[in-house]
Amino acid sequence: MLIIDTDACIGCGLCEDNCPFDAIHVEEGKAVVGDECTLCGACIDHCEVDALTIDKEEVAGIDLDAWSGVWVYAEYRNGRIAPVTHELLGVGTDLAKKRGVKLAAVLLCESAGDVPAELIASGADIVYTVEDPALKDFTDDAYGHALEDLALKYKPEIILAGATAIGRSFIPMVATTLGTGLTADCTSLEIGDDGHLHQTRPAFGGNIMATIMCPNHRPQMSTVRPMVMQANESDASRTGEVISETIAPERLISRCRVVKSVYTESNQVNITEADVVVSGGRGLETAEGFRLVEELADLLGGAVGATRAAVDADWIGYPHQVGQTGKTVASKLYVACGISGAIQHVIGMKSSETIVAINRDEKATIFDIADYGVVGDLFEILPAVIEKLKK
Amino acid sequence: MNIVVCIKQVPDAKDVRLDPETNTLSREGVKSVINPYDRHAMEEGVRLKEEFGGKVTVVSMGPPQARAILEEAISCGADDAILVSDRAFAGADTLATTYTLSQAIKKIGAVDLVICGKQATDGDTAQVGPGLAVRLDMAYVTCVQQVSTVTDKVVVLERMMDDGYDEVEVELPALLTVVKEVNTPRFPSIRGLRKARVADIPSYTAEDIGADVAMLGLGGSPTQVVKVFPPEPKGDRTILTGSVDEIAEKLAEIFRESSIGG
Repeated sequence: MLIIDTDACIGCGLCEDNCPFDAIHVEEGKAVVGDECTLCGACIDHCEVDALTIDKEEVAGIDLDAWSGVWVYAEYRNGRIAPVTHELLGVGTDLAKKRGVKLAAVLLCESAGDVPAELIASGADIVYTVEDPALKDFTDDAYGHALEDLALKYKPEIILAGATAIGRSFIPMVATTLGTGLTADCTSLEIGDDGHLHQTRPAFGGNIMATIMCPNHRPQMSTVRPMVMQANESDASRTGEVISETIAPERLISRCRVVKSVYTESNQVNITEADVVVSGGRGLETAEGFRLVEELADLLGGAVGATRAAVDADWIGYPHQVGQTGKTVASKLYVACGISGAIQHVIGMKSSETIVAINRDEKATIFDIADYGVVGDLFEILPAVIEKLKK
Repeated sequence: MNIVVCIKQVPDAKDVRLDPETNTLSREGVKSVINPYDRHAMEEGVRLKEEFGGKVTVVSMGPPQARAILEEAISCGADDAILVSDRAFAGADTLATTYTLSQAIKKIGAVDLVICGKQATDGDTAQVGPGLAVRLDMAYVTCVQQVSTVTDKVVVLERMMDDGYDEVEVELPALLTVVKEVNTPRFPSIRGLRKARVADIPSYTAEDIGADVAMLGLGGSPTQVVKVFPPEPKGDRTILTGSVDEIAEKLAEIFRESSIGG
C-alpha cells in the first residue's frame, strides 16, 4: 500500500495534480490516499520531499544468474518472416552485447528452409528451430508450449517478441506458465546499470510513459511495437549456429484447429508501407468532410490514415486506423488533418520523417510533434491545397 | 451454456489528455466507463445466450465504484454480476490480475465460455485474456471478429490477423477475446434498467475467492513500474501563416518536396 509520511508531507499538492486516478488528495495540509489508488507510483516520482513510498514485501528471488542469453521469437507465417523480427534482432544485438551474452532466435514452423540463415544474417548468434507439421498453422497452445519448453530447457534471461497479432496472442500464455512478468508493446528497451531490462511503454492510455522492470523473475519478457526498433544491416557473411529441437508430440496438440487462413490486407490498405499518409480525425466533422482527406491522399499518391475517433464514427474502416490500437506508420510525409494529437494516435505516427499538422486549435498537442503547423480551418485550407496540387 | 464475461472500468479515453503547460494529466471531466472492447464482449455473451440458451455472468475486478459498470451490464442483458474487490488486489499487474479473476471464476462453477474484450484502453496490454485462459486451463482465441457456429463441443469463429483472418474451430470450454468488429452492442432496455436497479451484486474479497495473498496485488506482480514520465515533445516546428492562398501554396510545396522529391 501507499505510505504517506505525514511528518515529511508539506501538503503541496503535487501528488494530487499528478495522480492519473484521482486517488490522492490534500486534506488539512496533508496528503490522504483513497481506495482508487492502483499503486502506479506517479505520485512518488513527483513528490519533492520524499514523503511517499510503496510498501512492498521483497519477494525471495529466484536464482537470476541461472538465466542467461537474449532470445527473439522469430515470427514466420505464410512463408514470410515478419519484419519486426529483424527489428528485434537489431535491438537484441545491443542488449546481448551489453549483457555479454549471445543473441538467439527461436523459429517455430513446419519447415525452416533458408530462414535460419536469414536470421543469422540479421544478427542471431544461435537459431533454435522446431520443425513440426503441428506448427504449420499458428495456434496459441502449440506455439506457447513449444516456446515454454525451450525456455525451461535453455533458461534465457530475456525473451522478446513482436507486438503483432501472433506475438500479443501467445506470448502472454508463455509468461503466465513461466510465472514471470511480461510488458506489452514496448517502444524502448535498455539494459540498466543494475543489469535488468528497462522496458518503456506508453501507459494509462499513452498519456504518460512508464518504465517497467521485472527484477525478481526470469525470463524478462516484452512484446515490442513494430517499426520502432532499428534492424541491423543484413550481413550474409555472418556465421551462427543452428540447433534443431524436438518438442514432445503431446505438447503440440492444440485444442484449436485452423480451418483456413484468408490473406486480405497485403495489397489493400498498406498504410504501414506507404511513403505518404494523409490522416484525418474528429476535426473533419462528418463522413463527407473525411472525403477531403481521401482526395488529398489520392493526389499525393499516398494512403489514407485515421484516428480512432474517425474509425469509431464509421467514416473509414479499422484497417486505416493509426495509433496504439491501430497500425504504426513511419512514412516520409504524414499529414494530420483535424487531429488533436492524443498520444494514442501520436505513438503510431511520430517516427514519420516530415509531419504536417492542420488544426484550428492552436493549443492542439499535435503541433508539439509537427515539423510544419497550420492553425486554421480545414474546410478552407484543404480544398485550396487540393486545387494547387491539381495544377 | 454458462457464459462469463469479464469487464473493466476505465477512464473515458476521449476525455483524457495532457495539459500542454504542466505536462500532467488533465482529469477535468474525465468519466469512468466500461472499457469499450468489453461492451462487445458483453453483447456477444448476451447474443449467444439468446441464441443457445444459458446464462451470462459478468465479472469485474476493481474498486467499489466499479459496481456501476456491473449494473450497466445487467441493464444490457446480463443475468448476474459479481464484483471482485479488495484492497489486497491494488497494484496488480496482468499476472496477478489473471490469478485473481481465475479464482473468482472458479468459484462460479462450471463455465463453458469466457469472453473478454481484446484489451482495456487504460493499460492496452491485451494480456489478461490469454493469461486467464491458461489459469482456467481453457483453449483460447484472441481478436475474434466473428462467431459463426456454436455447438455443445466447439465454437467456429474468425480470428483477426495482421494480414487477414483465420477461420478457427476451438474446443469448449474456451476463452475468447473480441474486437469491435464482432458485433454492435445494444443500449440498455427499460426492463434491463429496472432489473439493474434492484440487482443483488455480490462483492468477493480475497478471502471469498480463496486466494493466496502472496499472489495478489503489488506483491504478486513480477513487473514493477520504476519510472513514470511525460512523452517528449518534438523540438523545432514552423507555423505557416498568411492568407489561405499563401498557406495552401506553401503546403503544396512542402507536400511536393517531401513526398515526390523525398
